[in-house]
Amino acid sequence: MNFLAGTWLGEWLVGLGRISALARDAIASCLTFKASRRDLLYQIYFIGVKSQSVVLVTGAFTGMVLTAQTYFQFHKIKMDTATLAVVGVSMCDELGPVLTALMVSGRVGAAIAAEIGTMRVTEQIDALRTLATHPVDYLVVPRLLAGIITVPLLTMESIVIGILSGYLVGTQLLGIDPTYLYYDMMQYMNDVDVVFGLVKSIVYGGIIALIGCYKGLSCNVGAEGVGRATTEAVVYASITILITNFFLTLFLQRIYVLMS
Amino acid sequence: MIEVRQLKKSFGVQPILNDVSFRIENGESVAIIGRSGGGKSVLLKHIIGLLQPDSGEVLIDGENIVGMNERQLLRVRRKFGMVFQGAALFDSMSVAENVAFSLRRHERLTEGEIAKRVAAALAMVDLPGTEKKHPAELSGGMRKRVGLARAIIYEPQIVLYDEPTTGLDPIVSDSIDKLIIRVRDQLKVTSIVVTHDMRSARRVGNHVLMLHEKKIYANCSPEALFASQDAVIRQFVDGVADAKENIF
Repeated sequence: MNFLAGTWLGEWLVGLGRISALARDAIASCLTFKASRRDLLYQIYFIGVKSQSVVLVTGAFTGMVLTAQTYFQFHKIKMDTATLAVVGVSMCDELGPVLTALMVSGRVGAAIAAEIGTMRVTEQIDALRTLATHPVDYLVVPRLLAGIITVPLLTMESIVIGILSGYLVGTQLLGIDPTYLYYDMMQYMNDVDVVFGLVKSIVYGGIIALIGCYKGLSCNVGAEGVGRATTEAVVYASITILITNFFLTLFLQRIYVLMS
Repeated sequence: MIEVRQLKKSFGVQPILNDVSFRIENGESVAIIGRSGGGKSVLLKHIIGLLQPDSGEVLIDGENIVGMNERQLLRVRRKFGMVFQGAALFDSMSVAENVAFSLRRHERLTEGEIAKRVAAALAMVDLPGTEKKHPAELSGGMRKRVGLARAIIYEPQIVLYDEPTTGLDPIVSDSIDKLIIRVRDQLKVTSIVVTHDMRSARRVGNHVLMLHEKKIYANCSPEALFASQDAVIRQFVDGVADAKENIF
């Protein structure tokens, strides 16, 4: 593998290996309950509660614009009342989990990388180690667990507010019959759409926290290093979420077909 | 007891330590001196396992810590307290939370007991009543004192100081030196102080290790060091630059 040394592919593979090792350490630490409950609650507050506004606004306006665009097309073929069914399935399966994850990655992934990166360059992580505290137990595990717990909850909020906003736009602005709009949505949506969204959002919560922590822990010395780590945390997490979304969709559909 | 055997360390192609060996007995107070960038802090970080050498051994009470993984090192590090050059206080926490950090993580104490221990540690470093302040509100000297309180609150056997007086005025430096001596005498700890302040080295160390050209150049008492006529030692003790280094 020496021929890859110094190339972008070599560096990418090294990074992938290190993130995998970090994930392994974090999962091992989770299973032995080394994280403090206080730190976990703070991270749930920071990631979950403080991300509410951005997630709600994103969900609401995505649901509204999707309803309007779908209606404009469906109206041509007299299928107005199927509008909310499309919005519901799209929000549950794809837009809710992906857009929530992208917004949380922008807010939280960057903050995690900046905080841990600053701790690294000011020797606070070395100080943790001298105080007999493993950085993975103290820094990574609470953020990883908080990401896995809160991103699905935020996704559900985003889906609910998206569908509700779509319903209001459809009935109040576009004049669609509310009874048939609701009936068609319930007719064409399945429980499995919600389950798919939840499973995806759990994975995305883990991706955001892990990449943020990894970029912070491995950032270069100095203000430039922290800045770069912050940017890379957002860019890498966003790209990973989008790529993972495609493969996860195929994988979950395959599982669903095999189980039904 | 700390023993370092034939330690070698490079960063990339740049060698930092080459064949460094020495031994520090329990209760000793050792000053490690040498020029800036000479590898003093790197050596200190090897002693506590923050860095792994390219080769050589570091024995803490007879146990070689080289090659241990991070979780195995955590057990050994409970014997140590370390004061960092920039104090490395957790800036999101108050002074009390910084000092109590280790107690909360590793000991099962009530909040009342923790508060008492924090107050006692802060009193020892002459900072009583500063529990609620944040690191940003403290001066450089105060930050180092809080760092020391954090390092001694769990009563370690060995305390490491990484350039404790760098960046401080002579009066504050003097108070930090007195504090190091007080901690050494009251808690009976082994002290290792990395410094390039010769006055400080003379006061706090009952033994001096001088790093020069990546090796231990002198291993003697402060008196012997100051009385030495060796050209390299004299140059460092007297603080005289080489003519070729005098670029002004």
